[in-house]
Amino acid sequence: MTAFLLRRIALIVPTLFFVSVLIFGLQQLLPGDPALAMAGEDADPSVIAFLRQKYHLDQPLPVRYALWVEGVARGDFGESIRIKRPVRDLILEKLPVTGELAGLAMLVAIVIGVPMGILAAVKQDTSVDYGATMVALWGISMPNFWLGILLIMLFSVTLGWLPASGFVMPSESLKQNLLTLIMPAFVLGNAIAAVMMRHTRSAMIQVMSADYVRTARAKGLSQVSVILRHALRNALIPVVTLGALEFGALLSGAVLTEQVFTIPGFGKLIVDAVFNRDYAVVQGVVLCTAFAYIMLNLFADIAYVLINPRLRA
Amino acid sequence: MTAEILGPDSVAALIEDDVGERPWQRTLRLLAQRRLAVVGLAVVLFFIAVAVFAPLISPYDPLATSWLAVRKPPSALHWFGTDEIGRDVLARVIWGARASLLAGLVSVSLALAAGVPIGLVSGYLGGAVDGVLMRLIDAMLAIPFLILAIALAAFLGPSLANAMVAIGVSQTPIFARLTRGQVLSVKHEEYIEAARAVGNPHHRIVLRHILPNIIPPLLVQATLAAAAAIIAEASLSFLGLGEQPPDPSWGSMLNTAKNFISQAPWMALWPGLAIFTLVLSLNLFGDGLRDALDPRRG
Repeated sequence: MTAFLLRRIALIVPTLFFVSVLIFGLQQLLPGDPALAMAGEDADPSVIAFLRQKYHLDQPLPVRYALWVEGVARGDFGESIRIKRPVRDLILEKLPVTGELAGLAMLVAIVIGVPMGILAAVKQDTSVDYGATMVALWGISMPNFWLGILLIMLFSVTLGWLPASGFVMPSESLKQNLLTLIMPAFVLGNAIAAVMMRHTRSAMIQVMSADYVRTARAKGLSQVSVILRHALRNALIPVVTLGALEFGALLSGAVLTEQVFTIPGFGKLIVDAVFNRDYAVVQGVVLCTAFAYIMLNLFADIAYVLINPRLRA
Repeated sequence: MTAEILGPDSVAALIEDDVGERPWQRTLRLLAQRRLAVVGLAVVLFFIAVAVFAPLISPYDPLATSWLAVRKPPSALHWFGTDEIGRDVLARVIWGARASLLAGLVSVSLALAAGVPIGLVSGYLGGAVDGVLMRLIDAMLAIPFLILAIALAAFLGPSLANAMVAIGVSQTPIFARLTRGQVLSVKHEEYIEAARAVGNPHHRIVLRHILPNIIPPLLVQATLAAAAAIIAEASLSFLGLGEQPPDPSWGSMLNTAKNFISQAPWMALWPGLAIFTLVLSLNLFGDGLRDALDPRRG
């Protein structure tokens, strides 16, 4: 167990190294002089000289990389050229907004996806199963920004039930906060629900043919009890760990969802930064998402081993 | 399972003995039995035809503006209505098929061209090379697909070509991982051992003996990746990082349409429906292809 943990943790070191090289390397894609690209075409020569010095552009590449990594390790992601504030502060400010959206979306995904997966597995190869599989395919093929626009048409423009855009902090008004997030959370959760359904279905099908489920049936337990207490509890193990891997899809989707519903989160931050050529912000956001993903993956792997007694030895 | 134990050549021989049918014929037969996959393929071919013949079938110039026809609802003159500067929405949806299909084709080709060699080398050589390459792939996978594409598009500059490069790069790890896994599963098959025993050089073993045997899963993945690439292109264009206005793309049309939801809902309806239909069809076809290529079925 300890050996597994140590090996697993050791594995993230090279991954983190390559991630940092990739993200640092993005700068090198800028055509021409990076200082000029950062400052804009008609910037003051003194500004360009300042940027060149600030980002050590006169130093060799490995030195610049080392300086950059050292800064990142101290939590210094540089400064936003546009807003003139540390990137770290901007990220910390937007994180709770996207976090709430992502959390609600995951809730939507679980509430829709897991029961649908159970139903499809229990009724395998019936019309219920095919129906559920089609719904999942629908969820995967639906571009979430289009679904968002359609929901705004229906619930905001036609029916007038929900606000079309904007965000209210939960500290201001929890009710307003939830009202503004219902549609975005559904839009974002929809595609993940489809993936959860597929995972749950295949895990349940596998578990349902296991010996202990047959034993439970033979004991004369009710169908509901067999499914929920014996099969589902074991089927959920892979579903939970695979669910953690959906984090990337959740964040990618959040970028689009936030754009459709004008929610001031992480996604809006990176998109605005792209248009303002605020490269430090882009790098900071990418770095944070990658770091979060690597950590989540690590926890998912550890949780998988902890939950599954056969892997604990 | 049979294919893994016997090796595809012997399986092919068996099948030919039994049914007098070659593997690709069997695949086509099984594919033809799947009605949804056939429908999916038909719809994809329809979209390809629309894109190829866009100059012939488009009722108007997709860039021509008309101040007399601003935001007109669908009518006999403009079947899909007009947009905020009087351009015909149908013409733009027709021409927009080009950007989407091109993105699907080019991105996946790039991802295949980069990912398959990485996977072949990594899986075949193993050891330190494998370790380094796979950590690199892990690093690329750690950055969410769209976020990586956005970052690349940001630094490369927004354009359709750069969006396709960005999508291709972010899809590379999927193909590298898949290829590596497949190589590992066939590497110790007897026919590979035999090819090695008779003195074939490594490159010949990899290209002539391993690669042809791992094509089916790559083909299925390529179909599904094309669907993902089309959504990704639409997403980047929706964010303003793909095809640049005034050139038509379904994603950028939706980006504009978002500002006129209450005044001109038809502007948002058609491009979205086009993306959804094309992606759904590709997914249906890909799922059907996977089943048809599965040696366990039939």
